[in-house]
Amino acid sequence: MIEIEHLSKYFGDFRAVNNLSFQVKTGEVLGFLGPNGAGKSTTMKMITGFLSPSDGVIRVCGLDMQESPRLAKQQIGYLPEGAPAYADMTPWQFLHFVAEIRGFSGKEQRERVLHVIDQLQLNEVAHKPIETLSKGFKRRVGLAQAIIHDPKVLILDEPTDGLDPNQKHQVRELIRSMSKDKIVIVSTHILEEVTAVCSRAMIISRGEMLFDGTPEELQQRSKYHQAITLRFTNSPDPQTIVNAIAGVESFEVSSDGRDITLFAKSDVSYQQVREEAEKHQWNIKGVFLEQGRMDDVFRSITEEAA
Amino acid sequence: MHWSMVSSLFRREFNSYFATPLALIFIVIFLMLSGAFTFYLGHFYERGQADLEPFFAFHPWLYLILVPAISMRLWAEERNSGSIELLMTLPVRNGEAVLAKFLAAWCFTGIALLLTFPMWVSVNYLGDPDNGVILAGYIGSWLLAGSYLAVGGCISACTKSQVIAFIIAVVVCLLFILSGFPMVLDLFSGWAPQFALDSVASLSFWTHFEAIKKGVVDMRDLFFFVGFIAAWLIATATVIEIKKAD
Repeated sequence: MIEIEHLSKYFGDFRAVNNLSFQVKTGEVLGFLGPNGAGKSTTMKMITGFLSPSDGVIRVCGLDMQESPRLAKQQIGYLPEGAPAYADMTPWQFLHFVAEIRGFSGKEQRERVLHVIDQLQLNEVAHKPIETLSKGFKRRVGLAQAIIHDPKVLILDEPTDGLDPNQKHQVRELIRSMSKDKIVIVSTHILEEVTAVCSRAMIISRGEMLFDGTPEELQQRSKYHQAITLRFTNSPDPQTIVNAIAGVESFEVSSDGRDITLFAKSDVSYQQVREEAEKHQWNIKGVFLEQGRMDDVFRSITEEAA
Repeated sequence: MHWSMVSSLFRREFNSYFATPLALIFIVIFLMLSGAFTFYLGHFYERGQADLEPFFAFHPWLYLILVPAISMRLWAEERNSGSIELLMTLPVRNGEAVLAKFLAAWCFTGIALLLTFPMWVSVNYLGDPDNGVILAGYIGSWLLAGSYLAVGGCISACTKSQVIAFIIAVVVCLLFILSGFPMVLDLFSGWAPQFALDSVASLSFWTHFEAIKKGVVDMRDLFFFVGFIAAWLIATATVIEIKKAD
């Protein structure tokens, strides 16, 4: 359990984090969302004990970060933004170093290192200096050091930034597979990631919490939630289409004119639209019920506050 | 203070010197310059005395350039690469990291110093020196190197730029040498009270090292160096605490 109470951080006059309070329970994967400079990284740096808060309390597994930092830090695995490491070391040396600092020695240390090297597929680069590795491998080395002691709390600052789609998929699988008995906090500005891995999403902007709920609840905030999109093979006149369906309040046409999105009161059903389409013999490729568009919610929530 | 942490950090730091050509370059240049100074500028042969006085006499100047080249990277590099964030979120205390980094650098300069042993061999071959004085010289020289490192490390903790860390460390160390020299003391004499003058002079590396290298091992001189190093290490830990995230 992580407990955050009235957490604030000032840099001079600048208020980076303003009175955040929340709790995260074991098994939750919390996604921090927010524009650049919103205070996500600052919050993570305080939870991991790198920065001292200007105000407020952080407890990790019941341990106060200010009062017993060493014990609290032992519970946490942290991947800082950009996955910094000691560039002149090889992943093999670096992971042994971290394992040693984490209190493992001898056979257990070796087993831990071999296990994470295997888990993150670092075998081929294990003996090359970290500075010569690609961004993807560096990120995986950073993840490996974060999970080497099987921490109760895993804090990952933009874990998939700069990875190719396959690597992103692997990292998300890894997070999912580990999340059962851990607390995971990830920050990201890739919205699809939130629906892909998180059980809870939190939007932070200008240091304040603007949203806290499940990714589904976030999607429901979208004006596209439950909207129906018709995809045509030609570009019909939208007005005639809209007039044919009762109950449509407004609509949107895509730039190529082939997609028409209908916004309606709740009484317009997917079934109804399909039937109308067949009746009028529209040249239709498909009809979709929208789940809500994350980027649209994100924009509206963060811009409203601005 | 957990000594197992200090020891893990120490080994990582110490090995990092040998992961790059830095160690080799430093040691070779140190040995070449200390040799050249001793024989050419110090007139080692011409003096006709079996001691290492001319060898040690140049160490304050030699260290002035070479030691800040070691100390500049201690923290500036960690800040610049962001690895300080990793280090400080491991279950490590500031003080442990500061001490481990200092000790690793100090041991490294100790190795460079020990590698000057051919100098000791030759002076013993050529004559019959007082080896006690020579031992005192080595101890004094190592303490001197440690003092430069402690100053340089603290300055390195203040900046991300290794170049700035180097230049400022050279200037500050220079002040600590020169504070025993008339050119600095003259600035104070005339208006400052005598005790102020004495305390400025007593902060000089030069006066303390001068005594030790002559073989006069006064506890006060040893305490000066040990206390000086400790004070700068405490200052470094404080700077790290305040400025680590900047």
